[in-house]
Amino acid sequence: MIAEFGLVALWLAGALALLQLVAGAVGLSKGGEALSGLVRPVAAAQGVLALVSFATLVALFARTDLSVKLVAMNSHSAKPMIYKIAGAWGNHEGSMLLWVMVMGLAGAFVAMVERRLPERTMLATLAGQAFVSLGFYAFLLLSSNPFERLVTPPPEGNGLNPLLQDMGLAFHPPTLYFGYVGLSVAFSFAIGALVTREVGPAFARAMRPWVLGAWIFLTIGITAGSYWAYYELGWGGWWFWDPVENASLMPWLAATALLHSASVLASRDALRAWTVMLGVVAFSMSMVGTFLVRSGILTSVHAFAVDPERGSFILALLAINIGGALTLFALRAGTVTEGKRFAPISREGALVFNNVMLSAILGIILFGTLYPLVTEAFDTRVSVGPPYFNPVSAVFFVPMLLVLAVGPLLRWRRDRLDRVGKVVAIPALLALGVAAFLIGRGVSLLPYVGMALAAGLAVASVLPLRERNLRRTPLAVWGMVAAHLGVAVALFGMASDSAFKVERLVALRAGEATQVGPWKVMLKSVRPVAGPNWTAMEADMFASYEGGIVTEIRPQARSFWAPLQQTTESALVTRWNGQLYAVIGEEAPGSPGDGRWQLRLWWKPFVTLIWYGGLLIAFGGLLALIGRVASDLRRFAARGKIACRRERQGR
Amino acid sequence: MPTVIKPKHQRLVLLVIALAVLIAAGLLAAWALRNQASYFYVPSEIATAPPEVTRAVRLGGMVEKGSLRTDADGVTIHFVVGDGKARVPVRFAGIAPSLFVEGSGVVAEGRMAPDGTFVADNLLAKHDENYVPRELQDMTEHQKREIVAETTDTR
Repeated sequence: MIAEFGLVALWLAGALALLQLVAGAVGLSKGGEALSGLVRPVAAAQGVLALVSFATLVALFARTDLSVKLVAMNSHSAKPMIYKIAGAWGNHEGSMLLWVMVMGLAGAFVAMVERRLPERTMLATLAGQAFVSLGFYAFLLLSSNPFERLVTPPPEGNGLNPLLQDMGLAFHPPTLYFGYVGLSVAFSFAIGALVTREVGPAFARAMRPWVLGAWIFLTIGITAGSYWAYYELGWGGWWFWDPVENASLMPWLAATALLHSASVLASRDALRAWTVMLGVVAFSMSMVGTFLVRSGILTSVHAFAVDPERGSFILALLAINIGGALTLFALRAGTVTEGKRFAPISREGALVFNNVMLSAILGIILFGTLYPLVTEAFDTRVSVGPPYFNPVSAVFFVPMLLVLAVGPLLRWRRDRLDRVGKVVAIPALLALGVAAFLIGRGVSLLPYVGMALAAGLAVASVLPLRERNLRRTPLAVWGMVAAHLGVAVALFGMASDSAFKVERLVALRAGEATQVGPWKVMLKSVRPVAGPNWTAMEADMFASYEGGIVTEIRPQARSFWAPLQQTTESALVTRWNGQLYAVIGEEAPGSPGDGRWQLRLWWKPFVTLIWYGGLLIAFGGLLALIGRVASDLRRFAARGKIACRRERQGR
Repeated sequence: MPTVIKPKHQRLVLLVIALAVLIAAGLLAAWALRNQASYFYVPSEIATAPPEVTRAVRLGGMVEKGSLRTDADGVTIHFVVGDGKARVPVRFAGIAPSLFVEGSGVVAEGRMAPDGTFVADNLLAKHDENYVPRELQDMTEHQKREIVAETTDTR
């Protein structure tokens, strides 16, 4: 019964989305105003029903109801409870249901809370949101029903891919989905503004918290995903330029650009058409990401759906949404009136420059991600990796960082470089100093440039706080400083890891030791251990940093039996200045009885700064979001007071 | 610096600059992709037209039975990848995927050494029962069945 209940809720939510679309569209037309009052409550009800449907699926997974096909395919009664629940969205159908649930709730929230925009724009926005959701409801209900029953329930479920049985899974996909869906709200606002030709600062202010929120979630999602890949895959890398990673990076780049151009529009009333365009592009990238990840066109842990029908369905949705939005943009862009002017050397000018750079990087990553799919159509199989992505994106990334250091110091509208010249000299000298220090230390070009830039940028990013009363500095400015500092911190971590990491690959007998960088690592023993649904070979090792305190570490090579699979559990020792990363392989082949075990060890100086930097960027976004929302609320309260006073005075 | 720019002109100038940068990015990407993409080879292709020594490529095929041996250091392995028409010796230092065994399918990432050995930086083997390296999907039906038979063995 529970499954049927969830399915009914889902159908009802879909029907309400249709009603929301029709009522919104009719409400916008002449003579249809009567229906416009319906849109907001319907949007709220749709969100609640989607939530109910999703909660039902979680309940089915928690109870391991094997008569539901999805549960039988993806769960197992012997799994720990947290992974049973997380397993609800660790598969294709469940993850799409999560998507529509978040989207429905976001729509409901907008419908209930947002009152700043003209009502017609809101109608168009909510109708746009309904249109996008409707596509996903159709996708779920027609081709990937999560509540499908099995006639004869199997005695036991198939289990969940062990790589996904990790705390990372519990939070990584929902985080990214919150980001994607936040961008869908921004997209709907852009559509609403285009339809009613109300592209102005009010539109940017209404859209900005959603973009900020989406951007925060994407930042956290990417950071967490990168750390997960780092310790779970056991290759010691933190970014693989895997299409799936690119699928989350591309919306982030677009959202970063959108965030900055929306700020310009909100405070300076410039970049109108550009902001709307970015709103469309950002959500398009989320859709492209979803398509790449979920269509089964790529083979990876993320590709749950290997059903070509589903791939075509998402592709059709993508074409309808993006094609429709771009057509609307082409029709309306000419009528979007000009914004305010600004000189090339100004805060706006710097933001435009970096917007263009971000778009260029986005284009390069998009090209590199799609290229293998295109050549495959012509029967040539290629893979595109770091040799392409690193240098080519750096061509645009480096100038962007230079402008990023200077931009926040410039004045709006018009400025002179010689005014900021003296201030910028400090970080510039520091960057040159680092560059000079690193000469002749065998650091290759990209990490070399990265180190120097990171040092300069770290100082430059806090300079906007100089000559300010720190207690009166708005939260949004603190947010900007934190986020820009985070970029410098992460960049330093990346450059340091790639320049100074030390790798050691050895086969050791119990009792033997090896040196990796400043660490001495001794293998004490290797023994079999067992977990709830796996067995493993566990190495017991002692690591000491420059002869200091000895830390015991235990990397494992695990074998899961449901489903049958091997994973590597790396062991990490974190110090303030880096991480020791240890992986155990197999018993050295070819010498049975010899008792030697393969070990792979890395010393990675300052590698953790990559993720601390990512978190700092997200924290900056959070500060800005709190600042913006708080000032919106204050304005809201003030307006309420004024209205109240007027009423008392008998107006 | 002209102090008065008409708004319309400003928008046009911005648009032209943005387009120019994006087109430059596109051209750069196209050029770099031709040079940096790593192509997939099967052993017979390597035998007829080997890639340049510096170029990163992927080699896919079957690990020949009886060809696997380990150096004295315990971590460097040598094996031969074949596709029924040609054979390519491969050297790899590292931890091989646990389901990497003789007679199974493998995709090696790396480059050719001047002596005709393929030096692999990374080996991709099946890592769960549903996964076949993408490049192996197009092998002949017989080879495919062989791979599946070999690699779904539950030892």
